[in-house]
Amino acid sequence: MGKIVGLNGDEAVAYAAKQSSVDVVAAYPITPQTIMVEKFNEFVADGDVHTEFVCVESEHSAMSASVGASLTGARVFTASASQGLALMHEILYLASSMRCPIVMGIANRALSAPINIFADHSDMMGSRDCGWIQVYTEDAQEAYDWIIQAFKIAEDPDILLPITVNLDGFTISHSTQDVNMLDDKDVKKFLPEKKIEYLLDPEKPMTVGAGNNPDYYYELKMQQVEAMNKVPQVVKRVNDEFKNFSGRKYGIVDTYEIKDAEVGVMALGSVTGTAISIAEEMRMAGNKVGVIKPWFYRPFPSNEILTSLKNLDVLAVIDRAISFGAPFGPLCNDIMALLQNEEIDLEVFNVITGLGGRDITPNMTRSIFEKALEVQKEKKVKKPIIYLGVRS
Amino acid sequence: MMSKFPTYKEVPIAGNIYDPGKLVYKTGDWRTFKPVIDHEKCIKCYICWLYCPEPSIDRTKDGGVEINYEQCKGCGICAAECPVKCIEMVKG
Amino acid sequence: MVAIKDLPVEELYLPGHRLCPGCGPSIAIRMMMKAAEKNTIVTTATGCMEVGTTLYPYTSWLVPWVHTAFENTAATASGIEAAYKAMGRRSSEQRKINIIALGGDGGTFDIGIQALSGALERGHDFLYLCYDNEAYMNTGIQRSGATPHGASTTTSWGGKKIPGKPEWKKDLIGISIAHGIEFAATASIAYWNDFITKVKKALDVNGPAVIHILAPCPRGWRYEDKDTLKIARLATQTRYFPIYEFNNGKYTLNIKVPNPLPVEEFLKAQGRFKHLFKPEYSNEIQEIQEFVNKNWDRLEKLTTL
Ligand code: SF4
Ligand code: SF4
Repeated sequence: MGKIVGLNGDEAVAYAAKQSSVDVVAAYPITPQTIMVEKFNEFVADGDVHTEFVCVESEHSAMSASVGASLTGARVFTASASQGLALMHEILYLASSMRCPIVMGIANRALSAPINIFADHSDMMGSRDCGWIQVYTEDAQEAYDWIIQAFKIAEDPDILLPITVNLDGFTISHSTQDVNMLDDKDVKKFLPEKKIEYLLDPEKPMTVGAGNNPDYYYELKMQQVEAMNKVPQVVKRVNDEFKNFSGRKYGIVDTYEIKDAEVGVMALGSVTGTAISIAEEMRMAGNKVGVIKPWFYRPFPSNEILTSLKNLDVLAVIDRAISFGAPFGPLCNDIMALLQNEEIDLEVFNVITGLGGRDITPNMTRSIFEKALEVQKEKKVKKPIIYLGVRS
Repeated sequence: MMSKFPTYKEVPIAGNIYDPGKLVYKTGDWRTFKPVIDHEKCIKCYICWLYCPEPSIDRTKDGGVEINYEQCKGCGICAAECPVKCIEMVKG
Repeated sequence: MVAIKDLPVEELYLPGHRLCPGCGPSIAIRMMMKAAEKNTIVTTATGCMEVGTTLYPYTSWLVPWVHTAFENTAATASGIEAAYKAMGRRSSEQRKINIIALGGDGGTFDIGIQALSGALERGHDFLYLCYDNEAYMNTGIQRSGATPHGASTTTSWGGKKIPGKPEWKKDLIGISIAHGIEFAATASIAYWNDFITKVKKALDVNGPAVIHILAPCPRGWRYEDKDTLKIARLATQTRYFPIYEFNNGKYTLNIKVPNPLPVEEFLKAQGRFKHLFKPEYSNEIQEIQEFVNKNWDRLEKLTTL
C-alpha cells in the first residue's frame, strides 16, 4: 500500500512522472512549473530513473524534442506554463496531429502583458484547440493521480493523443498537501514500461510528416476527431483499473451533491475546492446547491455535463480566463453551445474571476451561489457576465 | 472525383508513409530537352550519375549508365558535366 | 577520400520529388545519403527539401524521415537522439544510428539558429547539415541571413537606390565552432569527394557536427539549369565560398585556390547580381572582392594556428 507524503502540486507531478517510467523529459524552466522539472532532474542526478533529461534552450524546443522522442517510440513527459505554453503553441498542434502520446504537466498561469506569474487559465485556454486532451485538477492528489492515468490514456492504441494535466499555479503547484503516493510496483503493474519499439527505425523506414494537399489533410483531422471521441470510453476503463488498486475513483466529470440540486456552480481547477466547501455550508442552511467539476475540458464532456445539470434551474459557470470579444468566457461559451439544442429549462450566467492570481475568496464564491439563488427566484438572468473581483 | 481517394479510416494514421518507394511520381513529362548518351564514347566515369539531382541516371549491369526517361527532368547537368561530352541534349 | 566507383549504387533518395530541374540542394542531399547510407534517420526543416521531397502519399526517402516544423529541426533531432539513448538503457541492445538534421539557410541561419545553438551546446550526437541556396527559395526567393551582399531577392531588390541586399552573409561555421564542437566544415556540391568524406567524418564524431554546403539554385540565382555545378565551382574558384574544415581544433583549407578568378566571374554568371554591373553601382563589385579577400586571409591565418 502507498504512503502519505507532504508534497506540493509540482512535486506530486514529478513523482508521478518518475513512477510512470518516462524515457525522455525535455523541458525548460518557467514559474510556477519549475519545481516539476527541478525535482525530476534530481531523480536523474541521483540515478533513480533511466530517463534521458534534455535540458532544452526554450519551450519551443522542449515540445519539438518531445515530439522527436515520442515519434521515435519513447515515453515522454514535459511541463510548462503561461508564456512557455504559448511559445510551444505551434508544436502543440504537431504533437497531436502526429499522434504523439506525450504527457505534459501545466501549472496554469496568466499570460503577459503585463507579466504576471500567478494562477489563471489563459495559458491553456489560449491553446485549447491544439488537439490535446486537457485535464484540470483540483489539488496535488488529483494532479498526481491523473499524470499516471494520463500515460495510459494517451498511449491507448485507439487514442494516441497527447494530454495536458493542469493544476493552478501556486495555489496547487506550490502549496504542500498530503498526497497519498502509490507503491512503485503497483504503478508499474498498472502502467508498465513502454514496449521497446523503435518507430523511427532504419530497418523499417517510414516517412513521417509528409507534405499534404487538400486531398488528404481533412481525413487526417477526421482521424483526430475520431480519436478524441473515443477518449471517454478509454478513460472509463483506465479509471476503473486505477480505482481497483488505488481505491480512488475518477471520471470525466466530478460532481458534488448535484442529483437533487436546483442551483449549480461549475468551474475548472482549484476553485472547485472552495466551491464545494461553500456548497456544503449552504446545503446546511437548506439551499439545494451543487457543484460540477469537469476533470476533462477536451474532449468536452457533453454527455456527463448534460446529465449532471438536467435538474438544475440555474447554473453559474466560472471562467478563470477571458475570451476577448466572445459572448462569454471559454468554458461558458462551450456550455452555451451545448445547451443550444437541448430542451432544458436552465438559466445560465458566467462569472469571470481570479485573473492573474487574484484570490477567489470564500466570500466571493458564496456571492456566486447567492447570485444564482437570486436568479432562481427571479427566473431571469439580468447580467449574463459578471466580472467578479475587479475594481470598477 | 474524390471517391477514388481513401476514406479517413483507410488513410494510415497521421498520414505516415509506411511503404516508401512503392509509389513514384513521374516527372519525365516536365522536360523539353532530353539527354542522349553516346555509349561508344562513354568512359563510364559515373560523373553524370553522381550529379543528377533526381536521380534519373541508372547504373547498368554492364557497368555503364542509362537515362531513366520516366523521371529525367531535362536539366542538362549530365550533359554539361560529362568530361568527354558524350551526352547530347535533344528535343523531347 | 572516396572513389566514385565505391559509392553505393543503391539509392536511398529516390526520384519523383518535385524539386526544380537542376536543383543544387537535391544534389547535396543525394550525396549526403550516399555517404550516410542505410543506418540513418533524417529530420528536415520546412523548406525546399521538405516540400519537394514528400507529398503524401509520395516520398523520396528510403530511410526514416521526419518533418515537424521550420525552426526546430535541431530540437527534433535532439529528441530522436534522446529517445534512442533512453530506450537503449532499458534494452539489451544499444543501437548506434546516424541522426541527420537537415535545414536550408533560412531554417538554419535565421529561424532555426536558436534550436541549433541549443542542440550544439547540449552535445547531442548528430550531424546538422545546412544546404545553403542563399535565400528563402521555397517561398519565392526572399533574403535570409545567408544571402550575400548585393544579391537581389524579392525582399532585397536590386533597385534604383539600393543595390540588393546591403548586409553581409553570416558566418555559420564560426558560430558553430564557438559552441566548442569537434567538427564543423563548409562544403560544395562541386567537390563531391570532399563533401562525402566530410559527411562520413561528421557522422563518426561522437557529438554534434555541422556541415554547411553551398548548393546553388537555378531559380533564385538566375542561371540556366545545366549550370548548377559550374556556378558552384566558380563560387570556390573565386574564393567567394572557401571550403575548409575545423576538426578537433585544427583548421584546414580543403580546396586550395592558388590562382583565384576575380569574384566578378562568379557574379556575372547570375541574374541576381546583374544590377551590380550598372555604372552607378560600380563600387559594389570592388567591395565584394575586398570582402572575399579579407575572408580568405582570415581563414588562411586560422589554418596556421
Ligand atoms: S538531364 Fe538532368 S535530370 Fe535528366 S538525367 Fe541529366 S542530370 Fe538527370
Ligand atoms: S559522365 Fe559521360 S562519360 Fe561519365 S558515365 Fe556519364 S555519360 Fe559516361
